[in-house]
Amino acid sequence: MTEREIPEHLLKTRRGEEVTLLEAISEALFEEMTRDESVFLLGEDIGVYGGAFKVTRDFLEHFGSQRVIDTPIAEGGFTGAAAGAAHMGLRPVVEIQFMDFISPAYDVITNYIATSLYRGAGPMPLVIRGPVGGGNRGGPFHSQNVEMAFFHTPGLKIVYPSTAYDAKGLLKSAIRDDNPVLFEEHKGLYRAPALREVLPDEDYLVPIGKAKTVREGNDLTIVTYGAMVHKSAEAAETLDRDDGVSVEIIDLRTLLPLDDDAIVESVKKTGRLLVVHEDTRTGGIAGEIAMRVSEKAFEWLDAPMLRVTAIDAPVPYSGSLEDYFLPQTDDILTAVRYLAAY
Amino acid sequence: MGSAVPSCPLTMSDRDSYGLGRAELHEIYRALVVTRAAEERLEMLHEQGHVVGDLYRSLGQEAGAVGAAFALRRHTDGTGDILAPTIRATGALFLFGGELLDFFRQNMGRATGPTRGRETTVHWFDFEKGFVGPVSPLGTMVEVMAGITMSFRLRGEERIGLVFSGDGESSTGAWHEGLNFAAAQRCPMILVVEHNQWAFSTPTAQNTRVNSFIEKGPGYGIGSESVDGTDVLSVFDAVRRAATRVRSGQGTRMVELRYFRRKGHVDHDSQEYVEPAVIAEWEKKDPITLYRARMIENDWASDEELVAIEAEEFERCRAAAEQAVGEALPEASDAVLDVYTGADAPRPWTRADNPDPALA
Repeated sequence: MTEREIPEHLLKTRRGEEVTLLEAISEALFEEMTRDESVFLLGEDIGVYGGAFKVTRDFLEHFGSQRVIDTPIAEGGFTGAAAGAAHMGLRPVVEIQFMDFISPAYDVITNYIATSLYRGAGPMPLVIRGPVGGGNRGGPFHSQNVEMAFFHTPGLKIVYPSTAYDAKGLLKSAIRDDNPVLFEEHKGLYRAPALREVLPDEDYLVPIGKAKTVREGNDLTIVTYGAMVHKSAEAAETLDRDDGVSVEIIDLRTLLPLDDDAIVESVKKTGRLLVVHEDTRTGGIAGEIAMRVSEKAFEWLDAPMLRVTAIDAPVPYSGSLEDYFLPQTDDILTAVRYLAAY
Repeated sequence: MGSAVPSCPLTMSDRDSYGLGRAELHEIYRALVVTRAAEERLEMLHEQGHVVGDLYRSLGQEAGAVGAAFALRRHTDGTGDILAPTIRATGALFLFGGELLDFFRQNMGRATGPTRGRETTVHWFDFEKGFVGPVSPLGTMVEVMAGITMSFRLRGEERIGLVFSGDGESSTGAWHEGLNFAAAQRCPMILVVEHNQWAFSTPTAQNTRVNSFIEKGPGYGIGSESVDGTDVLSVFDAVRRAATRVRSGQGTRMVELRYFRRKGHVDHDSQEYVEPAVIAEWEKKDPITLYRARMIENDWASDEELVAIEAEEFERCRAAAEQAVGEALPEASDAVLDVYTGADAPRPWTRADNPDPALA
């Protein structure tokens, strides 16, 4: 294929230009489809329309309708069909238009796809990706985080990047992984100007299952992921400047399997743990993390493990309600100050 | 309710062998016989406590599984057609090369079985031979087969897929989503509805308002056909007809098999909800008895030949069962293996030589 054939908007990295997180995802898909003919896409409105968020804009023209498939509105049906294609050696990437709509596919993902290898049906190289997260006034059905509905599913991997660099490298890793991967993309980060960055013009991967220390500190560890990485970083700046509190931030990047080592190592250094997640509180990942730290680093703790999360409610629509629902930077400041003084 | 015997004549007047030669007609008989012999052997093993879990029978439905599978291309190198059986399509699995020994190993949870004790019954896989075992949530396999056959279409392969489903299964959203997807994508897929009149204890009339599942065909824009599921050659003929059309690119089709589940849903279901007289009537339509009589009447086989087949299959089942009984159960701690490619589940720290929660 010659360079001329690649759509303009997918050439930014090649030209050394900044990309958004969304563009990084588009590039990852495009490059993987170019690299490996067995990779194909299916989902609602991803072809002619290019996807609700335009992640696959111009893909249909470039790769054809055999590899960019507009499906009926049937998340269970086309996710199950993707599983069948994976059995046949293809590597499907399923787009869920809004991850809130993944629930009809819960059955086939948890009972069929995630159990495939264990049942002797062979590997299941399948990626299910789509937009998640609040802050966009999307209301109860266009704002949810779905990770914990699937976190309890052995055999599945769950990835949730917070930067353009990670999004591209992790999505490529997910596509090349022989296990099924649920890939969550925070729609509030899709086009966030602050997240634009120049990516390496090379075929790089970010490993699944490895957290990243995005800020080093000594007094307290924040374990977080997704959009909350950026709110945590904002809080950490303030705490450093105004309080002289040195916060370490771990961006999980992969939620399943959890990178216990990165968490435990940091907690052993700081002695204090705050988990911040945008997902609702009860049954959120904070509970699991706290239990693991209790198992592996209890003696190192100098304070209770605490969490800042969304409230246990459906995601409300109106701005004042949603802002109250979501964890905010001030919540993180309050929690860290409480812990620092403990 | 919903269980009257059809009025079709029981005479063996049909001399049509549908173009099948003597050897093929014998092979069909052998597949029918081994299906029943294997399941009856399994019942014995179950009574003896060798079967780990539940037991499912396809009594009265053997011709559906065998006739349908016989109409497909059976290869062993991954180039043939693919089918997904239901729990009651045991005969299809055998015809597609599923080993008798593996059938017993599966049901007895043996380490030597194809799923190494992780799964049971017909829930196993061989993509070279062309079968993909089902999962218990119903409807899923219609979705999966839609994707398998979509792959054939995308690659321009001349292969087709056949997915069996129960009549009760047709009530699920997955069944609908899978069938609609296949139809919309013009997938080379045959959906077989095993209309055995019962979804566990609930009669078909309480699951759907249609009398025949082919009434649903037009709702998906697909062709469909209904056939007497106790007549193995009629089933073969109908599925072969469907396969020819599907293979030539005409899209998805449905075949309904009409028969009666003469046993309970599962071994602990004694079928009190069915009039014994109705079961007795359906025994007169036993697919193996009917086909055997037809073979004799048409001189497709001698009684001696059929007796020999019966004895051989009985002995094969006996020997395979005996071997499986003697084989080991899985190593308990193998439960952690292969949850991911290249990664096992963590072992319980409480079972380590030096218990330490940090090992979890």
